[in-house]
Amino acid sequence: MTPEMMIQLGMGLPLLAMALVGLTGSRPNVREACTLITSSVLFYVTCNLASFVFAGQRPEWNLGEMIPGFEIAFRVEPLGMLFALVASGLWILTTVYAIGYMRGHHEKHQTRFFACFAIAIFAAMAAAFSANLFTLFVAYEAMTISTYPLVTHHGDLKARNGGRVYLGILLSTSVAFFMLAIAWTWSVCGTLDFREGGILGLAHAEGKISDTQLGVLLGLFAFGIGKAALMPFHRWLPAAMVAPTPVSALLHAVAVVKVGVFTVLKVCVYIFGIDLMSQTGISDWLCYVAGATILLASLVAMTKDNLKARLAYSTVSQLAYITLGAALATDVSVIGGGMHIAMHAVGKITLFFCAGAIYVGAHKTNISDMRGLGRAMPLTFGAFFIASLSIIGVPPGGGAWSKWLLALGTVESGKLALMAALMISSLLNIAYLIPIPIRGFMTPPGEKPKTFKEAPMMCVVPLCITAVGSVALFFVAEQIYEWLKPITLGG
Amino acid sequence: MSNDLWQLAITTEQFKGLYNYWIVIFLMMTGFFIVISRKNMIKTVIGLNIFQTSVFLLYITMGKVNNGTAPILGPEDAHHDDHSHDKSHDAEHAAHPFLNQISEQTPAQNVSVGNEPTAPLEVLAEAGNSGLIYSNPLPSVLMLTAIVVGIATTALALALIVRIREDYGTIEEDEILILDRES
Amino acid sequence: MIEHHLPILLIAIPLMAAPCCVLIHSRRLTQLLALVVCWLCFGISVWLMTKVMYEGAVTYNLGGWEAPYGIVYVVDYLSAFVMLFVSALAAIVLTYAPTSVQAEIPEPKQYLFYATYLLCLTGLLGICITGDLFNVFVFLEISSLSTYAMISLGKTRRAPLAAFQYLIMGTIGATFILIGIGLLYQMTGTLNMADMAQKLEAVRAVDGETWVGSRTMLVAFAFMTVGLSIKMAVFPLHSWLPNAYTYAPSVVTCFIAATATKVSVYVFLRVVYEIFTPTFAFSILPLDTALMAFSLIGIFVASLAAIYQTNIKRLLAYSSIAQIGYMLLGISMANTAGLTAGIVHMFNHALIKGGLFMVVGCLILRIGSAKLEDLQGAGKTMPWTSFAWVLGGLGLIGVPLTAGFVSKWLLLTAAVDSQHWWVATLMLLSSLLALVYVWRVVETLYFAEPSEQAASAKEAPPLMLITTYVVVGASIVFGIWTEFSAGVALETAQQLLGVTQ
Repeated sequence: MTPEMMIQLGMGLPLLAMALVGLTGSRPNVREACTLITSSVLFYVTCNLASFVFAGQRPEWNLGEMIPGFEIAFRVEPLGMLFALVASGLWILTTVYAIGYMRGHHEKHQTRFFACFAIAIFAAMAAAFSANLFTLFVAYEAMTISTYPLVTHHGDLKARNGGRVYLGILLSTSVAFFMLAIAWTWSVCGTLDFREGGILGLAHAEGKISDTQLGVLLGLFAFGIGKAALMPFHRWLPAAMVAPTPVSALLHAVAVVKVGVFTVLKVCVYIFGIDLMSQTGISDWLCYVAGATILLASLVAMTKDNLKARLAYSTVSQLAYITLGAALATDVSVIGGGMHIAMHAVGKITLFFCAGAIYVGAHKTNISDMRGLGRAMPLTFGAFFIASLSIIGVPPGGGAWSKWLLALGTVESGKLALMAALMISSLLNIAYLIPIPIRGFMTPPGEKPKTFKEAPMMCVVPLCITAVGSVALFFVAEQIYEWLKPITLGG
Repeated sequence: MSNDLWQLAITTEQFKGLYNYWIVIFLMMTGFFIVISRKNMIKTVIGLNIFQTSVFLLYITMGKVNNGTAPILGPEDAHHDDHSHDKSHDAEHAAHPFLNQISEQTPAQNVSVGNEPTAPLEVLAEAGNSGLIYSNPLPSVLMLTAIVVGIATTALALALIVRIREDYGTIEEDEILILDRES
Repeated sequence: MIEHHLPILLIAIPLMAAPCCVLIHSRRLTQLLALVVCWLCFGISVWLMTKVMYEGAVTYNLGGWEAPYGIVYVVDYLSAFVMLFVSALAAIVLTYAPTSVQAEIPEPKQYLFYATYLLCLTGLLGICITGDLFNVFVFLEISSLSTYAMISLGKTRRAPLAAFQYLIMGTIGATFILIGIGLLYQMTGTLNMADMAQKLEAVRAVDGETWVGSRTMLVAFAFMTVGLSIKMAVFPLHSWLPNAYTYAPSVVTCFIAATATKVSVYVFLRVVYEIFTPTFAFSILPLDTALMAFSLIGIFVASLAAIYQTNIKRLLAYSSIAQIGYMLLGISMANTAGLTAGIVHMFNHALIKGGLFMVVGCLILRIGSAKLEDLQGAGKTMPWTSFAWVLGGLGLIGVPLTAGFVSKWLLLTAAVDSQHWWVATLMLLSSLLALVYVWRVVETLYFAEPSEQAASAKEAPPLMLITTYVVVGASIVFGIWTEFSAGVALETAQQLLGVTQ
């Protein structure tokens, strides 16, 4: 199999899954088997592709011009490869989990659910492989639209309002800022290709764009990519929590939000170029916005009693870490940001799985009601604890490494205030995450524990796997570092 | 003398020469004003008709050439053609003196732009072997079509008014507005 | 042999078929005849389009009289393109029509509907194909008069009133155009458009940036522009459109919304770009600035108005006014990129708006009302119809992979490329308003408790659904595969600008 074919398969398989799900909708077992098989094949394909990409190859596939002058083209580089690996790997686990959750919960419209899920994965893969900003934008928007039916799955008023905020913010920012930024970049550079070392550097050297304009352009990108959930455009993420938990887990902890920060990283690395950003200092303000988002979102998370809402704000905060990594524009910080995509994805999906499992097993959504639940659901709460360690950044959680690299980045660029922000945020993480397992295990249950039991196997197994995964990532972090290293050696 | 000033100044002779055009503008504005200001639908349609008529006059005026006659080939020209033209003879004789009379009354009337005559008129004027100058027939022909269109429009408008009256019992637009708001 | 005469047959067939419909009188037969004629016209248009693409422009001299003495029919890229989508939509809408017509138009009047429909098609195609300016006026009136008649067929008593108001506005517009044509004729002595452009070249004396030409030309230009603006429903002259679209029978709305205003835009392009030339219109006169300002104001005002409508047809009508603004925005940029965007949007919007009105037709057929409150919860009982609205609506918003995105993107890059930053920003912001009004309907369809009518409604008949999906599907296909639409538009834009530069 040539790498080019793998790229085609990487996007073709989710579409195939969607078609199969649609066709076999009347027979749930066949339908779920289709998703599982395609997702497993997809993961296998991406793993194979990864072996090429991390060996230094850059496979390409050009689909042709969609609009005269603007191509749909794909080119796989390490950052996108890592993202594709994470998304496709977690898709399998989420599918297993979703089967358990959706059936355990007797949800309606499951065919629509699995079909839209597959489209969202397709969009994620297309975004990960994209070779230019135009392709990335198309994939980005496709993802927004395909996840809307998932967010509003329940079809009630609450879902409608959540969906309104979700679609409203994501589409508005992308249309009003992101699209404008792309068009501007195109008019300045004459191209939208992602190139090592960035494309704006040359234009800047030729005097086609001034420092101030670069700063404005960066702002358009940073806020235009609403999926990165930079404050003040973060409201959609908590609003999206009206969705069923598997959606929150895969999409609002992994696929959708990671597409956002992935885009930010890609724009910073391959459009602006790290050198240009660090020389001109245009991204300094963005560092502080990201820092503020980290702290504020953590603070808000502490006030939330609803577990999913708390996790949502935690996600906002963690996403800002990655944006910060990009904005610091040093080698280590960018690699740290890229690494955090994987670390946070595995950790946060575990936490969401746990939240869903608690809901299915005990019908509890509020943290204050979870006294002593850990005794009835030891696996779930155990996994929650381990994943929390990764999010906080304590060994042996994988998050420890990425946060370490980010901290190094702040020191390297001499922004010690941000270093302090990172430290304080870690403390806040402890304060809002650790009490949950503690309350689960230590406090005596308010009600009789025997009325609760662990969620179905289909729910518990995936969350155990991801919990183990978040620890395993701690030990392979060096490998990921090596993989991502080429992205900083540009131009 | 500057070009601009020359353009702006209107001499008495020119005023008289543009006599037809003043009528055109007067009719046009009258019709337009009626359309805008009247709430009675029949009156609106009448206004529209006046408005359209002014355009007919505009076209016909521009087709007239100084000292030109009706563009019908005389017997001397007809010789060259087949003899089926004979029937038009009488009509031609009738038209001749009448048109001459008209053109005498409006001596300064000039169809050309600025001071240059336009090409096709020259061609027309030279076309007749007899040295006769013909008026341009095309605008009149165009207006035949426009009149038909105008009649169709009027007929349709009146038909609509009949239906509106059947439904609302009135043809005053403000009264209809009140009726609609109530329902 | 017959191949050579196809340009005239395109006009002659529907023109002859219309009185035949009246004579036949039977509902079924007229319906069949009209259907055959429409698809025939579509076939001829496709043939003409391919001929233009491979062999260049087609000229047909009526009665063998050569231009400029006789009337010629000229099929070039622009006219072939417009005729293609006009005839395509006419054919598809008519295929879709029978059930809806049966429900909305009393049976004894149906043969008249088919007759006027064919007349309207004749007029629209005639405007595009003719190379004679007076002929344009005649065909414009044929299409307008038949449109007034079709609108008055609407069920409610407001329909004749809307038709009457449209008639007054439309006739004023047409008369203005007639005056403009007259003055141009006075200047040049010809009515053939190509010939006229050449002769005006001589009259138009430009000394640097100063205008030393004739005042008649200025007046002619003013009359033509205002007259066409009424026909196009450009913002301050749009008042006829909402009522006309709202109270006309659904099928009529589908047809005229998809075609009529676009054909007027076509005439505008011809007049401004070919006869008067961009230099005159945009460098000497500030038409570009004026057009840009009116388009932008129009886009915002009409989009905001659309948001507050409670009648879905009226909502789409206001959206149409806004979308005309996008087309004119592209045209007003007076460069190849902008013009391409404007022309592509003519095509894309015809598909999108045609498709959406067809969805509305399905909804009205089953629910019997166009009010949003009655449509509540229709997504549950009419899932396919509602989903078609979502697809079409996404196109209207301009989401990637829909036709609307293609036009939006081209317009955006054109604006940015020619340094119109304000235009680019405002245009993007305005497209968010489309999101609001489209999504308002989506939420009504899917998230509200079903109203009485919607709860008992059943899915639209298969033929209507299939045709709706053909149009909506086309708007998706032309959002992904743009080689034809954008390619032809680019060719057209170059042709329009190349003629004079």
